[in-house]
Amino acid sequence: MVIGNPFSRNPVTSAMFLVLTIASLAGLFVLLHAFFLAAVQVLVYAGAVMVLFLFVIMLLDLNAEERRKFNKFGIAGGMVSVVAILGILLASVARTPMDIQENSPLEGGPVLLGSLLFKQYLLPFEIVSLLLLVAMVGVVLLSKKDLK
Amino acid sequence: MHITLQHYLTVSALLFAIGLLGVIVRRNLLVIYMCIELMLNAANLALVAFSRFTNNLDGQVFVFFVITVAAAEVSVGLALIVALYRKRQTAHVEDLTMMKN
Repeated sequence: MVIGNPFSRNPVTSAMFLVLTIASLAGLFVLLHAFFLAAVQVLVYAGAVMVLFLFVIMLLDLNAEERRKFNKFGIAGGMVSVVAILGILLASVARTPMDIQENSPLEGGPVLLGSLLFKQYLLPFEIVSLLLLVAMVGVVLLSKKDLK
Repeated sequence: MHITLQHYLTVSALLFAIGLLGVIVRRNLLVIYMCIELMLNAANLALVAFSRFTNNLDGQVFVFFVITVAAAEVSVGLALIVALYRKRQTAHVEDLTMMKN
């Protein structure tokens, strides 16, 4: 499974690979019986966020990105740190107990998730709505013509 | 083959590492942003897998909040990038060193 390619020169290609990754993650969510989250993933990420990304790429005209030399030292250092973090993560994954049963009766449908969201997690839900409002106002203010 | 929790966690760790590598290596602001999205998605996958395997729906609610916050973050960040590009005509991090010196 070819997941994620952040190393292509063209940003549009990177964005398309990210769409592929997000779609396959939605498939994994379906396999994990999280149907509502799979739908939200496709709608929000593959729909809204990626359209936003592609729109900004077109707007900034990054298509003709000049060939810059990658910093060799930076690549080496980044590789070392990433491999170290990956090693830590995989070592901790290898220590998780294997005997957890998979066939739990839990289904992440919209009914169950919604009732949980509106009863137990009502306050975070409202805070998130406030956060979205603040983000919207901030974006409108940021994209005004003369930025003070 | 039976798919266990470890497989999902391994995929999640790999995705996270790929995203981190992209953030460190790449020099384009937009690509860095996409790699941050990749890392968020890796965390989401781990949360959903744990939620499934421990028979607990709280993880999925948390993923819902993460997706919401990520959408808000992307909109604000892209607006910042566009404003920056309008002022400086560049989207490369190596050209944006005006706070250095």
